[in-house]
Amino acid sequence: MNGNEGGTPQLELRGITKAYPGCLANDHIDLKIMPGEIHALLGENGAGKSTLVKTIYGVLQADEGEIIWAGSPVTIPNPHTARKIGIGMVFQHFSLFEAMTVTENIALGMSGRQDMKILERDIIEVSNSYGLPLEPNRQVHTLSVGEKQRIEIVRCLLQKPKLLIMDEPTSVLTPQEAEKMFETLRRLSGEGVSILYISHKLDEIKELCHKATILRGGKYISECDPTKETAKSLAEMMIGTNLRAPEHHETANGGPIRLKVRDLSIDADVEFGVNLNAINFDVRSGEIFGIAGVAGNGQIELLSALSGETICRNPDTIMLDGKPIGRLGPNPRRDLGLAFVPEDRLGHGSVPEMLLTENAFLSGYSRMALLNGGFINNSSTAEYASEIVKEFDVRTPGIHHTASSLSGGNLQKFIVGREVLQKPGILIVAHPTWGVDAGAAAFIHQTLIDLAEAGAAVLVVSQDLDELFAISDRIAVIAEGRLSVGRELNEITIEEIGLLMGGTHGMGETAGAADVA
Amino acid sequence: MKLRGPPMLLKIEKRAEYSKTMVYLTPIIALVLTVLSSIVLFESLGVNPIEALYQFFIAPLDTKYEFSELFVKATPLILCAIGLSVGFRANVWNIGAEGQLTMGAIVGSSLFIYFPETDSIFLLPAMIVMGALGGAAWAAIPAFFKTRFNANEILTSLMLVYVALLILSLLIHGPWRDPAGFNFPESETFSDSASMPILISGTRMHFGTLMALLAVFGAWIMMARTLIGFQVKVIGEAPRAGGYAGFSRKKIIWFTLLFAGALSGIAGLSEVSGPIGQVVPSISPGYGFTAIIVAFLGRLHPVGIFFAGLLMALTYLGGETAQINLGLPVAVTGVFQGMVLFFLLACDVLVHYRFRLNIARKVTSQ
Repeated sequence: MNGNEGGTPQLELRGITKAYPGCLANDHIDLKIMPGEIHALLGENGAGKSTLVKTIYGVLQADEGEIIWAGSPVTIPNPHTARKIGIGMVFQHFSLFEAMTVTENIALGMSGRQDMKILERDIIEVSNSYGLPLEPNRQVHTLSVGEKQRIEIVRCLLQKPKLLIMDEPTSVLTPQEAEKMFETLRRLSGEGVSILYISHKLDEIKELCHKATILRGGKYISECDPTKETAKSLAEMMIGTNLRAPEHHETANGGPIRLKVRDLSIDADVEFGVNLNAINFDVRSGEIFGIAGVAGNGQIELLSALSGETICRNPDTIMLDGKPIGRLGPNPRRDLGLAFVPEDRLGHGSVPEMLLTENAFLSGYSRMALLNGGFINNSSTAEYASEIVKEFDVRTPGIHHTASSLSGGNLQKFIVGREVLQKPGILIVAHPTWGVDAGAAAFIHQTLIDLAEAGAAVLVVSQDLDELFAISDRIAVIAEGRLSVGRELNEITIEEIGLLMGGTHGMGETAGAADVA
Repeated sequence: MKLRGPPMLLKIEKRAEYSKTMVYLTPIIALVLTVLSSIVLFESLGVNPIEALYQFFIAPLDTKYEFSELFVKATPLILCAIGLSVGFRANVWNIGAEGQLTMGAIVGSSLFIYFPETDSIFLLPAMIVMGALGGAAWAAIPAFFKTRFNANEILTSLMLVYVALLILSLLIHGPWRDPAGFNFPESETFSDSASMPILISGTRMHFGTLMALLAVFGAWIMMARTLIGFQVKVIGEAPRAGGYAGFSRKKIIWFTLLFAGALSGIAGLSEVSGPIGQVVPSISPGYGFTAIIVAFLGRLHPVGIFFAGLLMALTYLGGETAQINLGLPVAVTGVFQGMVLFFLLACDVLVHYRFRLNIARKVTSQ
């Protein structure tokens, strides 16, 4: 069996094959995880990682192949069985009921009846000990993406699993929180829990994982020891070609201010929303301004105020090229050259069940003049959609397919492309590469940089610090509805940003001082 | 390789994209299933199913007059269903078309009731406009409560149906009763200038049918080619994407309810000014409710609604024929309509899902 460990693997997969109509998502995949091993599963979007882990978790059934659990072959017909034999999973896309509380959601995901009082106490205990703060009685729809993910993680940990599957768990955490989470995972590993860890962050995998299995295009490529590989070599195995880092341009300090935000304060309109507190910043022409922060610290509110989905009380609060736009809705702002890429690709940035042509029309009809005397101009809309698909390398069988038929990375390229082709003076992008594969991420980063170099002002809100450091000129941090002062990239370290991200919990005075300064 | 699958062989699988074929095929499958179930139904009622189906679907179309009756019945159904379908596309669940129809009939006919001597050619057009306004005003109530207090329009619009019916009853048993009508709860018979022109002499087919056709074409163009139609679809499919694009959800709620109210109001006025010819206590045999089935059977698409409206009209006529010739209860019509909607909703799963036999097989990757 496994030469260097010699024991019985906790989980072994042999020849797992799963076909979808028209594509082979998993093609005879083998995998072996020892007890206590942290095993990375690496691959681009569409490489078959999700299909494979869903098979392990019983969400999908393999067409062929065997699953061997602690030495004996098993059938896992559903997640309930998976949980019963000790498999826990944290999904990349959450399966939560928005209208229910945190506790109710966790109770639903567990087998059998739950005593809500005891469960609530357990949740607080587990979430505190693993550094994943949660308020058990909050309704899920009021939570940010990051907080929702914490629910999923805590839900798994409550069940004391023998194998924990984690699909990109750290993408919404601060470096300090991620570090704390690694400690948690290492502790679990020490306790004999196996962990199957999916992530795009190669440094993270190198730091944390003992083994890595690499998938590409549904096929098993290789198993390696990530500590002995470089991030670059891992990435190249993953995408099968040589990777090019985004070219960073010279900082353009001299550009005129295009977006100016002064004293932006907004009281949240939903319960448990974050109030924005006197936010000030400028974005200059030719500059990429990054806003870092843990999810749920006011990003949603800030983005919505900037896009015009929330209207400000005072028009002068937001100035676009010297014009007050605070009281304008999204369309007039777009006409003035402000474009916006929201965080949620499906349902916010696009209508999932509508065609790509219609989704091109969605935000482009005014600026691209796709209306002809009140009627939709189908031919110019189709032209625009084709142009997006072509220029931004969107892999799709055609523009007359729905947005939901595209993979995450391709849809993101489509949405970014749709906004960039409108030649915006200022582009606001939320989490540009969340859940996007390395190839598409590099492409999107380069697009943003090119746009800035062409004279636009670009504002990127992201939780991915590596991303912000790779493309931004200046970075500010949002914590609890307050924004720190923007600092030049060379004046600030990841550690400092991490502390600011902790907000008033960790560095209250510094954050406050920075805010005043 | 060993097959390790679930014991069941048939499985339901989500399609990568919704099936266009199935969108068109499911109404037909639903109808076939309805016919099959009704054979069982007729058999158990002791009626020869072939004979019953003949009486239901063929006999009502025997003569030119009976064929024209199909359009008479379909007119209010199509008008109401077109209005409702636009709302349904926007996730606005107005189920009160019956009340809006009644209100349209009341407000529209008030012109004749209070100015019975007028013989202006503008009387009927004015009545049509008033009918539309009456229906729209009735639909404005749920729109106001929905946008102001987030009250569920399903409940408010449905409850207002009964209010409208009671107002009609109040008027017709009181001030609007024909003094020369031997105390029957009926208004005066409408004068010629207050009545819908007949399209084909010898039949009851009237101008309302043309208005229904106009509504079909108008709604078709609106939904397929105009910005407001696009907004309706986006707000229905993904409200947040609508907000992102700068579309106002409140505006769409108001628009769809007023639009449906106006068309239902015109439908009501066409009934009293057309086939009925006076205001009576029951203007509609539930057209406003059957229109919900018509809207869904027609896939919320105007052209589909046109055909679905004719089909549902046929069930009304067939129900009458079957009642007369076979002695079947009138409830058979309702059972029929219910089965169509039931099977349609059940078959709709095929649009997004497919059934597949779970057999181990090789699939080559592309």
